[in-house]
Amino acid sequence: MTKLNSKIPQGDLAQKWTNYKSHQNLVNPSNKRKLDIIVVGTGLAGASAAASFGAMGFNVKIFCISDSPRRAHSIAAQGGINAAKNYPNDGDSVYRLFYDTIKGGDYRAREANVHRLAENSNLIIDQCVAQGVPFARDYSGLLDNRSFGGAQVSRTFYARGQTGQQLLLGAYGALSHQINLGNVEMMNRREMLDLVIVDGKARGIIARNLVTGELEKYFAHAVVVASGGYSNVYFLSTNAMNSNTSAAWQIYKRGAFFANPSYVQIHPTCIPVHGDYQSKLTLMSESLRNDGRIWVPKNKEDAEKIRNKQLKANDIKEEDRDYFLERRYPAFGNLVPRDVASRAAKERCDAGFGVGNTGLAVYLDFASAIKRLGKDVIEERYGNLFQMYDKIVDENPYENPMMIYPAVHYTMGGVWVDYELQTTIEGLFCAGEANFSDHGANRLGASALMQGLSDGYFVLPYTIQNYLAKEIKTPRMSTDIPEFNKTLEEVKNRLEKMMKIQGSKSVDYFHKKLGHIMWEYVGMGRTKEGLETAVKLCKELKKEFWSDLRIPGDINGVNTELEKATRVADFIELGELTALDALQREESCGGHFREEHQTPDGEALRNDNDFMFVGAWEYKGEDQTPELHKEALKYEAIEVKQRDYK
Amino acid sequence: MNLTLEIWRQESPKAKGKFETYKVQNISADCSFLEMLDILNESLIDKVQLPINFDHDCREGICGMCSLYINGRPHGPDDEVTTCQLHMRKFKDGDTITIEPWRSKAFPVIKDLMINRNAFDQIIQAGGYVSVTTGGVPDANSIPVNREDAELAMDAAACIGCGACVAACKNASAMLFVAAKVSQFALLPQGKIEAKDRVKAMVAKMDELGFGNCTNTYACEAECPKGISVSNIARMNREFLCANVK
Amino acid sequence: MKSILNYSSLSKKYVMAVAGIFLMTFLVVHLAINLCLLRNDDGEWFNAAAHFMGTNYIVKFFEIFLFLGILIHVLLGVILQIQNWMARPVAYKSASKSTTSFLSKYMIYTGFVVFVFLIIHFMNFYFMKMGWVEPTFTLNGEEPDFYLVAKALFANNLYSIIYIVLITVLGFHLNHAFQAAFQSLGLNHPVYTPIIKKFATIYSILIVVGFNIIPVYFLFCNA
Repeated sequence: MTKLNSKIPQGDLAQKWTNYKSHQNLVNPSNKRKLDIIVVGTGLAGASAAASFGAMGFNVKIFCISDSPRRAHSIAAQGGINAAKNYPNDGDSVYRLFYDTIKGGDYRAREANVHRLAENSNLIIDQCVAQGVPFARDYSGLLDNRSFGGAQVSRTFYARGQTGQQLLLGAYGALSHQINLGNVEMMNRREMLDLVIVDGKARGIIARNLVTGELEKYFAHAVVVASGGYSNVYFLSTNAMNSNTSAAWQIYKRGAFFANPSYVQIHPTCIPVHGDYQSKLTLMSESLRNDGRIWVPKNKEDAEKIRNKQLKANDIKEEDRDYFLERRYPAFGNLVPRDVASRAAKERCDAGFGVGNTGLAVYLDFASAIKRLGKDVIEERYGNLFQMYDKIVDENPYENPMMIYPAVHYTMGGVWVDYELQTTIEGLFCAGEANFSDHGANRLGASALMQGLSDGYFVLPYTIQNYLAKEIKTPRMSTDIPEFNKTLEEVKNRLEKMMKIQGSKSVDYFHKKLGHIMWEYVGMGRTKEGLETAVKLCKELKKEFWSDLRIPGDINGVNTELEKATRVADFIELGELTALDALQREESCGGHFREEHQTPDGEALRNDNDFMFVGAWEYKGEDQTPELHKEALKYEAIEVKQRDYK
Repeated sequence: MNLTLEIWRQESPKAKGKFETYKVQNISADCSFLEMLDILNESLIDKVQLPINFDHDCREGICGMCSLYINGRPHGPDDEVTTCQLHMRKFKDGDTITIEPWRSKAFPVIKDLMINRNAFDQIIQAGGYVSVTTGGVPDANSIPVNREDAELAMDAAACIGCGACVAACKNASAMLFVAAKVSQFALLPQGKIEAKDRVKAMVAKMDELGFGNCTNTYACEAECPKGISVSNIARMNREFLCANVK
Repeated sequence: MKSILNYSSLSKKYVMAVAGIFLMTFLVVHLAINLCLLRNDDGEWFNAAAHFMGTNYIVKFFEIFLFLGILIHVLLGVILQIQNWMARPVAYKSASKSTTSFLSKYMIYTGFVVFVFLIIHFMNFYFMKMGWVEPTFTLNGEEPDFYLVAKALFANNLYSIIYIVLITVLGFHLNHAFQAAFQSLGLNHPVYTPIIKKFATIYSILIVVGFNIIPVYFLFCNA
């Protein structure tokens, strides 16, 4: 416990962040030029942080595994971004956004962090509008809002179904501006493979140039990791193919604690799996739930006939349809939080009411919305999503209900950080989805974009100064010092070891196998036995990986199989840690559902007495069991309640 | 379905490439085009051969990473999709499919079908943004935007930077890409302040990087996976003219 | 010179468009004169028009712009084309299947054909007017009788057929050029652009039909 100091400022909850900013240390402009910062990742958090640092006058290098910062997976977020602007005058406030986020996270997030997030939400909208992000407007020319899961107010700002894209392009623009001014240097097609620590402080990284294959050393006074989440540990997820956890995992192995890996969000509105060749799952925005109604047949026989293609969805009469979310949760209906919606769909499918040829799908029906609002309105709101569905499934969603099923989408867990977003390694910061963040055990829709940008634009620019103010006397270091060379050597050995295995199985074989283990045993419904099996299988898979992997080609030059292998090696280890974390958390909360812990009507049952803590894992060496540290969560401003969306 | 693939293989940027022929069998019609290539790559690895390198990432048509010139069309035979959204049901059993990288002086090949599209970043860096820095901006609703202009700006902003416009254009021109960004900001009050400098800087960078000129053939519009209109090019022409005469 | 040649791709397009529009308006004037050939007046009107065009100072003043226009249009067309070819050093193996406006892809080729036509045309008429070539027919012993020159040329069926073909190619060039000029100058509008496109087709058909009526007339009616 002693190792975890969350550094939450003193004072009244609403004043903490203001107090922090008033009393933090600052770096004067002439010293900023002498300080270097490395940012790893160019998503919302990374790009916005690098752009902000650059504008402040620091020397920044930003690393990106793709050819361009604009490829980062933040770009795929569709629905929107929350802010407590209360423009629609429907009773929203900073406190209410804070409260909804804490409640949505099932009381497993830090109060102070979440309040800061809610405070910053309004600044983000101002910032993005100033950057020229084309948010939706009403006829008066003012900003439009829509409602989203887990909230009773309309506080979501959006740019059609491409909000993430537009926000990322805004941050990318700001970053490009700083690159043009020479404040930020772009290092594209480079992957961080290790962290360099000098005298206990993060002082640089080792990166592989993905074009030449060379290992390169980079120095900085501080390092920010904003490399995204680890959903791809499940192989099939809605994450991009190249999304990975390697940067976060390497810093874990260098001493940064990894918190709450078991908090994984399974998103309810994804296109169901249709074949074993499938490489990824496609998410459709949660906003669909605003107008779509989710149902399965009331009668098992009907469901079976649908599965056997003897009946079609439209053949089922209104009275024979079970709108199970509306039935179970009359207050929130189809707009319950993601974890609740996902579990309810799984429950129906497990009980034999699922549709589609696999039986692992439920309907999302727009017939009544089209009747009420007209096809044009629906097309305007969701046209691109409908088109996307049609392209993938080859079925017209204006005429037939869509089929959806939950899929892994976001990871609330991540690198443990304090209030300043600093990890347990000094000078190493972690932002965005990569940190264990502000979402507790479950993230509400339209909150990820908010958190990424809050961290990048409005938190790190302050907190990193508080650290760097102590570093103004540290001169730039040569990267030829032993610490850099030793780390580089270790990375090199690891890569060479991988290349030398020359076994018989491709990387994808191991990744798919890992995905099966994770989805089967560490998925939506977890049990003690299942999790123990998962731990065992992960250990076995690791052995098999390191003895039977085959990477064709050369260590030099482009070798995508080698890139994938380094990532999958880390995923296998993370998979085991995820199962371990799920095993120790003897309760159900948010995205973590233990079947042993549920109410009689199947809702998640928290254990606040024993588990109201952040579980942060400390790496103890290769094949050693990591050590769990607990950061107790204190709720002073709000009353902890059973989540109830009924 | 069974298919014959003719794929461009190129060892490194400077190496001389050539087409190789591959056969794939039992491909499901519901399979995506890139999944079909995944299957081919797995079989190549099984045979201890080098897999085919191609750029891809989100596989849902938004990151703009995937490319591929398929049977004479960027992103293949379907309209308004990226290669990752192309499904095999668009092909027939027994088809021969020719797969080439985007061809442009400004997009050199890195390996096989992978290309370097850094030129697009450089164009954006030249001025494709509003020069605000973090903080100190007015309240969001203090900048009203005419709804129609906001919609048009969003139409232009939908660009994913994939480069299909360059690939499709017989002149390898980047006009649609540049025009989309210029248009987005020209339509919004936030962008109008620097509109003149922006269009001049971006066009100058585009010319410098060796993209071809526009001859109004509109292949770019036909192949843009986001359906961005050439009316944006006209708007850029207008903006550039005004910026230079005033 | 370098700065002019290397000037922005867009500037070149503006100049191409402006020169093109100027040439297109000239074509209308030219057509009006040519149609005089159809009058059964032994070339009275036609020669009068030709005389006016050859001697009027305002016309002579505009003639400078006409030649400058042709020169710039051709020169820039060639420069742009070379740059465009250089922009794709490695060609695709598969032929493009993108939906494009068909004629737009062949502007350099139709342009070249028009240029060849111009040279023939100059040799037959303009050089004669300038006195560089001995006139084949004269009005009063010195001024060329263009009516008879034209009549003699069209009396040659092969010449007439080549003329008809080349004018038709010019029509193809104009059909795309007309609407492209507006786009290049930034004039694109959801309502007016489709009208401009229709007008471009009508204009190019009128030019082709207008100019070709004459050889057809001579081929069939005046043989």
